[in-house]
Amino acid sequence: MLYFFEQCLNGIQLGMLLFLLAAGLTLVFGIMDLVNLAHGSLYMLGAYFAATFATLTGSFTLALILALVASLIAGMVLEVIAIRPLYGRDHLDQVLGTFGLILLFNELVRLIWGPEGRTLSLPPEMLTAVQILPGVHYPIYRLVIILATLAVAGLLYVLVMRTRLGMLVRAGASNREMVGALGINIKLLYTLVFGLGATLAGFAGVMQAPILTVQIGMGENILILAFVVIIIGGIGSIRGAFVAAIIVGLIDTLGRSFLSDLLHLFLSNNAAQTLGPSLSSMSIYMLMAAILVFRPEGLFPAASR
Amino acid sequence: MTASLDPPLNAAPAAVLTARTVFTAGLLAILALVPVYALATGETFGVALFTRTIILAIGAVSLNLIMGYGGMVSFGHAAYLGIGGYAVGILAKEGIGSGFAQWPVAVAASALYALVVGALSLRTRGVYFIMITLAFAQMIYYVAIGLDRYGGDDGLTIYKRSDFGGLINLNNKVVFYYLCFAILLASIFLISRLVNSRFGLALRGTRSNERRMRAIGFPTFRYKLLAFVISGALCGLAGALLANHTSFISPAIIHWTRSGDLIVMVVLGGLGSLFGPVIGAVIFLLLQEGLSRVTEYPDLILGPILLLVAIYVHGGIGGLLEGRRRG
Amino acid sequence: MMRLGVAAATALALAAPGFVQPASAEQKTVKIGYVSTFSGPTAAIGNDMRNAFELALDHLGRKLGGLPVEVIYEDDTQKPDVGVQKTQKLIESDHVDFIAGYIWSNVLLASLKPLVDSKTITVIANAGPSQVAGELCSPYVFSTSWNNDQTPETMGMYMNQKGLKKVFQIGPNYAAGKDMLQGMRNTYKGEVVGQEMTRWPDQLDFSAELSKARAAQPDAIFIFYPGASGVQFITQYVQAGLKGQIPLYQVFSIDELSLPRLKDLAMGVPGAQQWVNDLPNDANKKFVADYIAKYKSRPSFYGAQSYDAAMLLNSAVTAVNGDLSNKEDIRKAMEKADFKSVRGNFKFGNNHVPIQNFYLQDVVKEGDDYLLKTVATIVENYQDRFRDRCPMKLGQ
Repeated sequence: MLYFFEQCLNGIQLGMLLFLLAAGLTLVFGIMDLVNLAHGSLYMLGAYFAATFATLTGSFTLALILALVASLIAGMVLEVIAIRPLYGRDHLDQVLGTFGLILLFNELVRLIWGPEGRTLSLPPEMLTAVQILPGVHYPIYRLVIILATLAVAGLLYVLVMRTRLGMLVRAGASNREMVGALGINIKLLYTLVFGLGATLAGFAGVMQAPILTVQIGMGENILILAFVVIIIGGIGSIRGAFVAAIIVGLIDTLGRSFLSDLLHLFLSNNAAQTLGPSLSSMSIYMLMAAILVFRPEGLFPAASR
Repeated sequence: MTASLDPPLNAAPAAVLTARTVFTAGLLAILALVPVYALATGETFGVALFTRTIILAIGAVSLNLIMGYGGMVSFGHAAYLGIGGYAVGILAKEGIGSGFAQWPVAVAASALYALVVGALSLRTRGVYFIMITLAFAQMIYYVAIGLDRYGGDDGLTIYKRSDFGGLINLNNKVVFYYLCFAILLASIFLISRLVNSRFGLALRGTRSNERRMRAIGFPTFRYKLLAFVISGALCGLAGALLANHTSFISPAIIHWTRSGDLIVMVVLGGLGSLFGPVIGAVIFLLLQEGLSRVTEYPDLILGPILLLVAIYVHGGIGGLLEGRRRG
Repeated sequence: MMRLGVAAATALALAAPGFVQPASAEQKTVKIGYVSTFSGPTAAIGNDMRNAFELALDHLGRKLGGLPVEVIYEDDTQKPDVGVQKTQKLIESDHVDFIAGYIWSNVLLASLKPLVDSKTITVIANAGPSQVAGELCSPYVFSTSWNNDQTPETMGMYMNQKGLKKVFQIGPNYAAGKDMLQGMRNTYKGEVVGQEMTRWPDQLDFSAELSKARAAQPDAIFIFYPGASGVQFITQYVQAGLKGQIPLYQVFSIDELSLPRLKDLAMGVPGAQQWVNDLPNDANKKFVADYIAKYKSRPSFYGAQSYDAAMLLNSAVTAVNGDLSNKEDIRKAMEKADFKSVRGNFKFGNNHVPIQNFYLQDVVKEGDDYLLKTVATIVENYQDRFRDRCPMKLGQ
């Protein structure tokens, strides 16, 4: 039972990272109607920025802050130069264009940082586990990820629900033309939203770096999961992204841990070990397909268009 | 989708001597002569490179049927390459080496999966359709990884090419090349017959305005599903060819970025044109291969090219040749 | 018309280099194709192997058997499908005389058919899948590393010596991972209370598996995580608070490349290896000293195996007096392994896999440096168990 609880925490932690990515993606998609495949590249850039700043400053926290600023700037620059021409275009053109951006970014990173990848070390205080319940140990850093992301989610909520900018964001998600008609500087709004998305993606990249990886192409795998999350949650809905991210994180982690054991009862060791993670990955996509068939607007639709 | 910008329906391509048709004819001539050049110079690597190009062009042709003419953007077509390839690989491993068994299974299995995917997905539109086709491809991807007996992630070596008895020897590189080329031409012929038939007209009408077509009385869902199944089956055949060509099949061919490659080929060549997918495939693969020999950082050029094509050129490279610009 | 011309010319011009590669008519230079991983988190391994290979060529005066050498390095990006493509390119487009390298068992297995079909003499400098030692053995394929099962088998022997009763296994789910865990089970006499396979190579989060291991309460955890994944695993193992609670035993997960990143985390984690940097023979002393002098870092066992590969090729080309057209004689010369290996005595079994000693290694700290040191010899002249599945005999 305690083991199950620990795995749930792992699932939630994965969900938190997915939420950070999905939030930016769903904002951009919901407000600007833009399919941005290069979102994973912004996640990758955040991680690389942090690794470099950590080497330069020697401090993890400082590296994090600097990386967030760098991600924001990179996102806004990207929006102005390459993303703006794609607004209002066929989704297919956007897919093609941002696919090209993925290729470009992977190569740029290879050019600037080299092909081997980077590491980001944690401060030594974070290298241990705490006992959060009797018998349940959990690495401190993963708790930090969960708490930090909850804080970000809270900030996002305040931003979207309580500020003028957030009101424009919500309005834009449900009725783009109206917002334009109100005389708001749409261009600036879009740039800010895209920059916000880039910062969230970069934040996710930095947070996962010490436990996972900083390498070329790291954005592609998680990008697909992020799209799955926003489809399940509902395009344009941050609340939906949050719930869906936790669901997907739990399915993936619990599936990986318990499905193999279940399959051991029927299959050979090797087959069970191979099939288990496979099935749990498949189940996420089956969930998305089911949502698309039965409730295509997602769990928490942003609004009707 | 914007209004169709295809050449006039009844004009046979050869009769209109535009820059586009000259380029296409030239390209086909070059493709036909690659093995001759190779035999003359003893340089056989070109044959391998262009065989792969032709096979992927067949995949692009199949995708173009539903994407270009039908307006259905499938982000999961690499799944059919995988199904076709694994049909050959699995049967070969289980001792069934005859092409007469392997290839029909490849096509049938792909058609069946396309039927299932289409039946569930074609109710959706736009980006939702893109995502659900992606989801179904990912499922096949993870099934392939889970196939422990057939190598899983490590892949499966195929020791012998499909055996067709005395009919044709696939082990001969040149023979295999011309077989693929013939299948490519046959596919294009098939597509041209399809899109110029009543079925094809209805399909293209559905792409422009589905509601109107349904109001007239066309069973649009059935038409789209049929096109989807044909497209999947043809791509499955390409998969069988690919497995024969590389003597190896692995889940990597089903990765979603491979589906992305196919979309890029179709768009580069010009949506909804007969030979567009071939042009797109040739340019895309030659660019990849050529750039990597010329520079250490090929994607620094390829990436922006794709972006610029997406932004500025309507109708892909084919459109570029016809002088179209973004209006 | 202009647009047509430009478009056509561009496409063909870019492809032209692919055509203008004449087949080598005269054998003036020895061409070697080297397939390894030079990008991604395991690029450090490929770099180490390349460095060592280049150092060997330096020691040989940039000549192999008196002939000038050209090496073409290709990056398999750790993927089997890319590896087989690069292998085919080296054989069919670059027309290489020899191929060396191959870190990963799955990449090697995928690339095996083109190698064997073309009868290209191949030296595997790392991967050791059981199939290649057994039923898929080929007269043209040689290994300067080991068979995957061997090293963990010796670890299993050591675990028996330590009297461990229950062991929990964790490893990556690909050809080598399965071999390594199986190898430990071949010799270990206690109880294996768990066996977790993780997705390879992209699963770098081991929280679920570590939780399971903790729950099973074993006497030790045994792992195989090469390259950067080893760093990830051990870091997370320590982060989970398991260090000091459940000891860790490993093969191939701590090496000179990962040690500078692991530092204290690696202390007290024993491993087995057929080569450790402090082996006392002359060839090794020269190799290690010159490697440190040239590259300012220590070589790993990957590099040692790669160095030996170059020396092995040199011995064969020398034996035939540079006559590269005589493949059969080169092959027979390769079997003799007439060179001084950095691991000491070196001879091939019938399946072209080395028969060699295996040592227990541990991590020690000397000043600010972390070093791997030989603690004991676990077994001498150990041969792999797949040799009988290979129908070849030496000297044929």
